[in-house]
Formats: sequence, C-alpha cells, structure tokens
Amino acid sequence: MDLSYTPAEQGFRAEARAWLEAHVPKAPLRSFDTAEGAAEHRAWERILQGGGWAMVPWPVEYGGRGANLLQWLIFEEEYYRAGAPRRINQNGIFLLGPTIMEFGTPEQRARFLPKIASSEEVWAQGWSEPNAGSDMAAIQATARIDGDHYVLNGQKTWASRGAFADWLFGLFRTDPASERHKGLTFVLVPLDTQGVTVRPIAQLDGETGFAEVFFDDARVPVANRLGGEHKGWNVAMATAGFERGLMLRSPARFQETARKLVALYRENEASAPGGTREEVVRCWMHAEAYALDTYRTVSRLLGGGKIGFEASLNKIFWSELDVRMHETALRILGHRGDLLPEAPAAQGVGDWLDSYLFSLSGPIYAGTNEIQRNVIAERILGLPRSF
Amino acid sequence: MRFAFTDDQLLLQSTVRDFLKKECTPEAVRALWASQTRHDATLWSKLAELGVCGALLPEAQGGMGLDERDLVLLLEETGRAALPEPVVSTAAVGVPLLRDARNHLDEGEGQALRALRLSDAWLPRVAAGDAIVAVGHPANPFVADAGVADLLLLAHGDEVHALERAAATLTHQPANDPARRLFSVAWTPSAATCIASGDAARRLLDAALDRGALACAAQALGVAEQLLDLAVAYAKQREQFGRAIGSFQALQHKLADVKVKLEYARPVVYKAAHSVATQIATRAVDVSHAKLAATEAASFAARIALQVHGAIGYTWEQDLHLWMRRAWSLERDFGDAPFHLDRVSAFVLADGAPIGPGHTFRQPE
Repeated sequence: MDLSYTPAEQGFRAEARAWLEAHVPKAPLRSFDTAEGAAEHRAWERILQGGGWAMVPWPVEYGGRGANLLQWLIFEEEYYRAGAPRRINQNGIFLLGPTIMEFGTPEQRARFLPKIASSEEVWAQGWSEPNAGSDMAAIQATARIDGDHYVLNGQKTWASRGAFADWLFGLFRTDPASERHKGLTFVLVPLDTQGVTVRPIAQLDGETGFAEVFFDDARVPVANRLGGEHKGWNVAMATAGFERGLMLRSPARFQETARKLVALYRENEASAPGGTREEVVRCWMHAEAYALDTYRTVSRLLGGGKIGFEASLNKIFWSELDVRMHETALRILGHRGDLLPEAPAAQGVGDWLDSYLFSLSGPIYAGTNEIQRNVIAERILGLPRSF
Repeated sequence: MRFAFTDDQLLLQSTVRDFLKKECTPEAVRALWASQTRHDATLWSKLAELGVCGALLPEAQGGMGLDERDLVLLLEETGRAALPEPVVSTAAVGVPLLRDARNHLDEGEGQALRALRLSDAWLPRVAAGDAIVAVGHPANPFVADAGVADLLLLAHGDEVHALERAAATLTHQPANDPARRLFSVAWTPSAATCIASGDAARRLLDAALDRGALACAAQALGVAEQLLDLAVAYAKQREQFGRAIGSFQALQHKLADVKVKLEYARPVVYKAAHSVATQIATRAVDVSHAKLAATEAASFAARIALQVHGAIGYTWEQDLHLWMRRAWSLERDFGDAPFHLDRVSAFVLADGAPIGPGHTFRQPE
C-alpha cells in the first residue's frame, strides 16, 4: 500500500491542470438539456478532444489518451477542480463506449468509438418503456428481421439526452415468442431514421433532459446489433454495470460539491440552523470515503480485477450522498433555498436548488436504489430471491 | 499510488482468521466470562507466537517489524472473533508507546534513560507473550486490562508514568461486555515512575490516542462483518410464512444498508492505518474519520442483526450479543463520536482547509 503519487502521476496532474486552466470556459455553459446549451457543450467537447483529454483511459486508436484508470481519476479531480462543463455525451463516453469495447466487432469499434470520444455523435439511452421500468425484462418494443435490416416498432421512454442526441442504444425484443430476459437484442439506432419520432419530456426542473421515442417500422441495419442476436440482456447488464460503477460518477464530482457545501456553511455560519454543521462535516467524510473506495477499486482493476455486483453499493452511496448534500445546502440557505437562479435575492445560490432537483433523480436512474438493494441482498449477501 | 494490500499481508490476515476461528469460539469466550481474570494465558502465548503481540516491534526486539497497515488486518480478525484478549491495550497502543518513549529527548531528570531501560526490559517479554501492558489514557476514564497487565503506562497531566501492577490499587468495574476488564486505577506518581513529560509526553499520548482509536476502528470492521454474516445466515435459515425471512425485501434492504455502511468504512480505516504508519501530517483527522465510520457501521450492524434475529437475538443464550456488546464499547473507547467529529470538523471548517478534489491524499510530516 502506497498512498502517495509518483513523480509521473504528479506530472500528469500538472499537465491536466495547466491545460484545463487554459481552456475551461470562464463563464458557465447553459444547460445541455436546452438547444443552445447542447450546442455549447458539443463545442466544448470538440475543444476537449482537440487537447486529447476527452477520453483519458481509452486507447489512442479509439480517440482516447491511452492513459490508465489512475490517471483518469487524477484527470477527473482536476476536471471538477477547474469547474469544467458537465459531459453532454456521458451516455456514450461512460456507458456505451466501454460496452462496445467489450462486445463490439472490430468494425463497430472503429465506426463508433472515435465519434463517441469526440462527441460528434451524442447518445441517448433506450431502456425504459411505459410498462418496463424497474422490471426492465418486461420490454415490449420489437425488432423484426427483414433481410439485412431490423424493423423496429414500439416505444421507449425516459430516454436521457433524447431531445438533443443523434443516436440511441437500447434493448428490443427480437424473438416474439420469448419472455423476460430471453429474446432481447441490443441495437444501435440513428435518431434521424425514418419512422423514429422523438418527443421531448419536460423534467422536474422544466428542461427537456429526457424524451419519449416512438418506433414505427423504423429500419436499421442488422450490422447495428451489439453482441449476439437474442443476447442483448447480458450486454445491457454490462452497460448498467458501467453506469452504476466506476466511470459515470467519479468521486471528484461529489468532493467538489462537498467543498462547495463547506464553503456555503462557512459563509452562512451565523444563520445556519442547528445540526447543519455536523451534516456538512459528515457529507465531506462521505465524499472522501467514496473517493477512497474508488482509489481502492482502481488499484484492484489495475491489478487485473473486475467490477462485479459491488457497483450496486456505489450507486446507492453516491446517489444518496448527493441528495443529502443538497438537502443540507437548502437547509442552510433557508428561504433563499426556494429561489431560482434569476431571482435578484438569490445572489448566486440558486444553483443549489437546480442541482438539488437533479440529485433527486439519482436514486431513480441507473436502476432504482431499491433494485440495487435487491441486487446486493441476492448477489452479494446470497439471500434468497425476493418477491 | 497503490491502494491495496500485498499477498503477504492478506496471507497473515487469513492465518490469524483461521487461528481465531479454531481457538476463539463463542464457547471459549463464554467460558472466559466465568473465569476470574477473563484472560486465557495459553491463547495469549499462541497469539504471541503468531507475532500479534510484537507486530509493531522491530525484529531485533523480538517483534515482526510490521506497521499499522498490517496490524489493522489482524485487529479486524480479533473483532470478527470477539477476542477478549488485551490486543488493543498491548499490541496496538502499549508496545508502540514504550517503543517510542525510548527515542524522546530528555526533558526531565533521567526520564529518557528510564524509558530506555524500561523498554529494553519489557518489550522483548511483551513480544514473547510473557507480559501484558495496559495504558491509562485521559480519553478513557477506566483502564482496560489493568487487572491482567504486568506493566501500567499511565498519563498524569503532561506526564507519562510506568509502574508495575502491584504498585497501583485496582478497582474492578464490571462492564456491559462480560469480556471487558475495566479498572479504576489509584496510584501515586513520582519522579521515579515518570518516563516522559512536557512535549515528549504529549506527543506520546497523542500518538497513543490515534493508535487506540485506529485499533478500535479496525476491530469494529471485523465486528460489523461478523454481525452481518450472522444476520444473513439466520435470515437464510429462519422460515416464516412458509419461506426464508431473508427473501423479504423489508429485511433484505436493511441488510444491504449494513453492507453499504461497512464497505464505505473499510477504505477509510485502511487509509488511516497508512496515515499513522507513514506519519501523514493529518493522521489525526484520518483516524477520527475511521473511528466514526467503522464504529457507526458496527453499531448499525448490531442494531439490524438484532432486529433480523427477533426475540431469539434478545436472549443471553444466542451468541449475537458477544459482538453487539463489543460494537457498543468500541464506540466509546479512545474518543467517542462527538470527540472525533470535533476533530474532523476543526480540520474541514478551518480557513483554507485543503479539501475538495485532489486533496484526498496528503504528505508525511
């Protein structure tokens, strides 16, 4: 065990810090769940990729920097420290990308990964349906083979980034006689395909962060299948593992929120309600614990280990921490916590409300925390299947 | 940067785990409850042979030449086994205190020389399992294990004194955990017993507090894991409504929450061990965080394990309370939650505190 950075690791940090300081936009971008904001974030991704920083741990041939996971962690720390923009293509870079590396053909890797890395193609998720939420195996949307094409029919919903994305990945039932997890196939769909209709949905924060997607005899090539025919469930589980596990929510994100929370408390110490001081400190401790656990996981992965069901522990921990930090911030703010950013009296604290609303989605997306607790009980603790 | 134990470290841990599984069964612990000293001299000798007692001593002094990063893994196992022996008092706190006392500069009449002679005389015996050390630290009003100790290291203001047990008057204080040996110690400090004073003594006592709290945290990890294992095993076996109660989500989700708390306490404890072993400047903060996280995980595990067991868990006959009582006492020893929370708060809320992304790992002093 050696918890100090090597000179090479320190050098990498310095390099990332210098580049970010020179390139991170001085003014915050608008939300990527608006049309203007989406364009701004795509432009930022082009700058990031131009500097070679878009996909730090990916192989160079796929548009990455070819660095290891530890360097990625260091980069993430610098990224959040610099206040750099959120990643509009997180579905592509953190979820689909690793899945294509694991399940894709050489042709698929060459076709899709570089454009994911550059965010030239932004991705939406196509998991949930009106009757398949936590019970994802209840998927009804179909993909029927017709020559060298699939013909897609049905509906997906809560497609994150759906409103401003270019492509969607999702599960479709390819075997009409199949039930549950069997007979599903993982298909990559261009959203401009004829017969695909995207209908944005306004979220709790008023922005169109997700969408309904309707498929009406939409034809996509069979070559867009990821993994085997009828084998989509395993592919999707890998994607979900990436979502809950290491990459999507790097610890730096929560450490930065914890740092801001500490600063907020210090600025408002005189008026902060009782109990918030302890909560603030405990939130900081939890963010540190999450970082430590991630460093430990990365060390294990660098030693040849794999991520398994413990991704469900991660997902519960970061999502509940995020809610707790924002609840604490709003308690500290009192009535100002009710103000939107544009309210004159908000004086720059309105972002806490906005990110509070977003934090509330954390225990829901990527598999609800109740489902994660089922996974922990059955797959990690070995308890009998629940009902 | 590598946050992982070596194969050798994990092998030592599993050796101690297997040993305690055989030698420190719940029946053996219950047998000790009924004994006069609540101490098993034979078991203690075997632990010394395994290297536990002198883990933190250089090999030249009969030790294993290990540091806190190794010791926490062993302590975790002593918690898992609910071992009643004075491992924290002696191996984790007493031994390094005596070891470090010999290195301090003399600030009083012959103290350093006395410390040197004392440690030369006692440390090899302690490492061999022939002597037990108890430590009276201001953080603990009662001195654990004083009744079975041969040597007492006692704080007196800004001084550290050493005396043999016979030179003090002990009053046994029966405690909630029958395996605990708590004593009030009455004694008379003198120049002849003083082995450190002033800054030297303060440094020794600060280090003792951090080592003690770290040891409690490590034991709490083992206690929490054992409580979770017991609760899971019971939930699989006990049937109601025609099925194992472990199939009910109401219980599954509680047990899952224990697992989450435990697994996010673990790296905090291991980091604190690294900080103590390598003298990281903010080790006191890391230790406090570890003590809070691990003992809260253990107490939470105790609470849920009891609930999962239902009425049978509320009996004296069921073994669950061996670990429940340990979880409760670990919360108090070497600083309770408010104490450690204050130490973390003072760091986090200070002007210019080094917090946020990139500040997780800090430098040695």
